[in-house]
Amino acid sequence: MLDFTIMIETDILVIGAGPCGLFTVFEAGLLKLRCHLIDALPQAGGQLTEIYPKKPIYDIPGFPEILAGELIDNLMKQAEPFKPGFTLGERAESFEKTEDGKFIVTTSRGTKHIAPIVAIAGGLGCFEPRKPPISNISDFEDKGIEYIVRDPEFYRGKSVIISGGGDSALDWAVFLANGVAKEVTLVHRSKSFRGHPDSVQKVLDMAASGKINLHTDAEVVEVAGDDALRNITLQHNDETKTVLTTDHWLPLFGLSPKLGPLSEWGLNIDKNSIEVNTFDYQTNVPGLYAVGDINTYPGKLKLILCGFHETTLMVQSAFKRIYPDKNYVLKYTTVNGVNGF
Amino acid sequence: MENTVQITVIDREDKEHVLDAPTDMGMNMMELCKSYELPVEGTCGGMAMCASCHMYILSDHDLGERNDDEEGMLDQAFFVKGNSRLGCQLHIAANFDGLKVKLAEVGG
Repeated sequence: MLDFTIMIETDILVIGAGPCGLFTVFEAGLLKLRCHLIDALPQAGGQLTEIYPKKPIYDIPGFPEILAGELIDNLMKQAEPFKPGFTLGERAESFEKTEDGKFIVTTSRGTKHIAPIVAIAGGLGCFEPRKPPISNISDFEDKGIEYIVRDPEFYRGKSVIISGGGDSALDWAVFLANGVAKEVTLVHRSKSFRGHPDSVQKVLDMAASGKINLHTDAEVVEVAGDDALRNITLQHNDETKTVLTTDHWLPLFGLSPKLGPLSEWGLNIDKNSIEVNTFDYQTNVPGLYAVGDINTYPGKLKLILCGFHETTLMVQSAFKRIYPDKNYVLKYTTVNGVNGF
Repeated sequence: MENTVQITVIDREDKEHVLDAPTDMGMNMMELCKSYELPVEGTCGGMAMCASCHMYILSDHDLGERNDDEEGMLDQAFFVKGNSRLGCQLHIAANFDGLKVKLAEVGG
């Protein structure tokens, strides 16, 4: 059967839109190569945006101090003349090689991309929800247990138990308890909440007025049901247990990075990092490179500035792979400026 | 040795590792474990943002209170107990001599 799926076509397909992936756009652009970036997160910036946007970084050459979020803003600005494409909120799942040696990379939502070069700039990996260590939890995933609220309307008229003490748990508890869900219960393992003080106060007020059932010093230790989740068991700090009946349980414990599907790509992996050579940062699959925190080689340092260096050398090699017959001379931006697409 | 303390780390297979830890290199417990290639990821680099260096304090050393960042992260971690700490927030000093810790299970 013919596949009429539209493919996104580019020169260098960059997996990961963190600092290293974004700088790849600039360096590739200087060589007239176009980039398209895929990232599992809904926004560019990787861990700098997702985990520590307000943290200062002190070892970016030329910036005695810069906030992580500002560095990403600057990198986006620097990449802008080269008009990068983005596939965000989708995880790169698999790749196949075409007869003419190109790569087709398909995402978790089925979006297909084709390019002669793939550069994995995946940092720590994909950010995925932290899953509570309950042995049969996967039996009820999407059958009552969800780690992300995709559409709050899904919970209209339902009973919902939320676990967690951060902003996401607090904000969804407040939102769903305001006339959306039939019943909202918030479970948190300590008495104090780490979320924004306003959100904490709202939850406490709603608990006092009976709109939210609040269980502190407790955590969910068991889940049970049949074809869908039916009840969960809370264990309190005094070791007593309570069984609660519910339609949904939302464990909202934040995100943690996982290498994910990349570990199945047939690449040489050492301790969750992809092995590359230090000549051009190519992996054991020709045409497939890995730069930044996700790669490893003797002497590797996981620093943003090292990732910038790696990707700069990587695009030179990519250029030679794409245009084996073209001669290239390094041009300086001070002399030539930045000529975008 | 001067400026060195001895710390025992029990790994997740219950194997004991007696480590010489420098007190003059600004090292924390996460970094110490990594420097001896013990299975501690230190994913976030030491910002109390991943809990991959979660450990239990087994000896009765006074290592000070958990700070806000550490409390916040332990709120989101699993297998948390009263003696849970994040290794990255424990800066090795002379009073760490004889400390005994156990690496927590990696959850989620």
